[in-house]
Amino acid sequence: MVNTTADSKPTKSSPQKDSVLDRIVKGATETTTPAEKVYVYEAPLRLWHWVNAICIVLLCVTGYLIASPPPSVYGEASDHFILGNIRMVHFAAGQVLAVAFLGRIYWAFVGNYHARQIFLLPVWSGKWWGEVWHEIKWYAFAARRPKKYVGHNPLAQLAMFFLLIVPLVLQILTGFALYAEGAGTNSWMHAMFGWVFGLFGNNSFAVHTYHHLFMWFIVVFSIIHIYAAVREDIMSRQSLISTMVSGWRYFKDDEK
Amino acid sequence: MADTFYELIRKQGVSRRSFMKFCSLTATSLGLSPAYVGQIARAMETKPRTPVVWLNGLECTCCSESFIRSGHPLVSDVVLSMLSLDYAHVLMASAGKQAEQILHDIREEHKGNYILAVEGNPPLNEDGMYCIIGGRPFVEQLKEMAADAKAVIAWGSCASNGCVQAAAPNPTRATPIHKVIRDKPIIKVPGCPPIAEVMTGVITYMLTFDRVPPLDRLGRPQMFYGQRIHDKCYRRPHFDAGQFAEAWDDEGSRKGYCLYKMGCRGPTTYNACSTVRWNEGVSFPIQSGHGCIGCSEEEFWDNGPFYDRLAKVNTPLGAEANADQIGLMASGVVGAAVAAHAGLSALKRARDKSASAKPEKVDEGAE
Repeated sequence: MVNTTADSKPTKSSPQKDSVLDRIVKGATETTTPAEKVYVYEAPLRLWHWVNAICIVLLCVTGYLIASPPPSVYGEASDHFILGNIRMVHFAAGQVLAVAFLGRIYWAFVGNYHARQIFLLPVWSGKWWGEVWHEIKWYAFAARRPKKYVGHNPLAQLAMFFLLIVPLVLQILTGFALYAEGAGTNSWMHAMFGWVFGLFGNNSFAVHTYHHLFMWFIVVFSIIHIYAAVREDIMSRQSLISTMVSGWRYFKDDEK
Repeated sequence: MADTFYELIRKQGVSRRSFMKFCSLTATSLGLSPAYVGQIARAMETKPRTPVVWLNGLECTCCSESFIRSGHPLVSDVVLSMLSLDYAHVLMASAGKQAEQILHDIREEHKGNYILAVEGNPPLNEDGMYCIIGGRPFVEQLKEMAADAKAVIAWGSCASNGCVQAAAPNPTRATPIHKVIRDKPIIKVPGCPPIAEVMTGVITYMLTFDRVPPLDRLGRPQMFYGQRIHDKCYRRPHFDAGQFAEAWDDEGSRKGYCLYKMGCRGPTTYNACSTVRWNEGVSFPIQSGHGCIGCSEEEFWDNGPFYDRLAKVNTPLGAEANADQIGLMASGVVGAAVAAHAGLSALKRARDKSASAKPEKVDEGAE
């Protein structure tokens, strides 16, 4: 097994001299590793990815149904519990997603470099921005050859931060704030999340509106994410989809 | 002035029996145990009455109108005795200079000891010239009276949230009073108007216990604003079951199903309508077949339209749409872009393949 990471190969600067910031930049930019495969995503991270994906699907579907419920049913109210069940799934999935997200943050601290990547954007690095631009050109068909990455490419990293991590945090906060409403304003949950309403002018209705808007950010992200994963799996120089299953990144240099 | 409430209302011909009834009702509406009835009665009998000064700014007087219709007849009697009738625009007898002089006297005589009840709010644009009381901007009168008050009650949505005159674009810059008075405890009693029994309940609590009732994060009394209308709505079982009125006068509407799809604001509105109800507990909007419009909530006029579940959002393009319409549109655009991009990618790949006559995969030794 070749268990090589991006910075294990000594390049111009010796690894000992690298500061934390240097390592962040290095891990997020082009790699020249000669390894055929690298172990990138550890098991907890992969687990989070798929749990998160399932929760997001459940939350989007049930959330949409809570706002726009299915056609009315008739008969005795006690014979049905449609909205009750939909809301139960929504709340359960929301709590799983929130706990998984906390676990994910924990893993960012104790996991390998790649567990931190989507939280840390090396915005101070010109090299990184240059590669963002290269990646944009690659998607605009203006660059012929993609660069090789062990982790996420810089553009993907940007998208994950702004279209996934930030909306997820906002969804968790607004979601728990809205959930706390049912518990009443003197509940411990309201004490914990009541301040969120203050961010939206203490307007509960506005918090609902934003909870919808943030969901659409995540939907848009998912469309792009799935498309880019499939596309890059075929067209880039590294594996993507199988990596999120096995954890191993395979490199395939199919052109000179 | 030194009269107690009890002496005053007895003077007005109210029987002791009616007085005790009032005390019991008050204890119940405040959510207190029966043991407190005696305490309330005792306070009413022994405490000198605290003057309550009622100011009116930019408002429609619906709070006053609601207040004087307080369900139990005795409530209004007691309230009339509690209030310093010397100053309350709607109810006082005096007018002109005489009235303003009275305000001045109360301030001197009861410095730091009177409760200021404010109905309406001050407009701040043009130095407050949009609301003149006794020849002066209301904001001056408000600040002056608040300076020597023990506590301030913000009656209704005008004083608490701004209400209709503060709705966009708010030309007079009508401002809720907590943004003008910052150094006094303010009890917000929002609603357009607030429920009569809630108003008398709050005032009775303050006079009886000589302290501000327990407030929530926004300064509203918890006993009346601790839960949403939706949480205690008698139509809630229909919501959980998935039974909705889909249109006015459809079967669901006739059967009294949940009005959620008709834009009911119950799930986002903190008020006591579904428990205390209106007009001596006869009914409340949802019971009468119309959704809640969220009148006690922040910016309720701007959260429109009243008959939609989602507010209209001003989009950069100027078109009005709600969050879901915007999101669906964005997803559609992104989806189409992705499809087009996929097509182009396939083309590029095919072209690259034919351009390089080499075999597609040369796995080893690329670098």
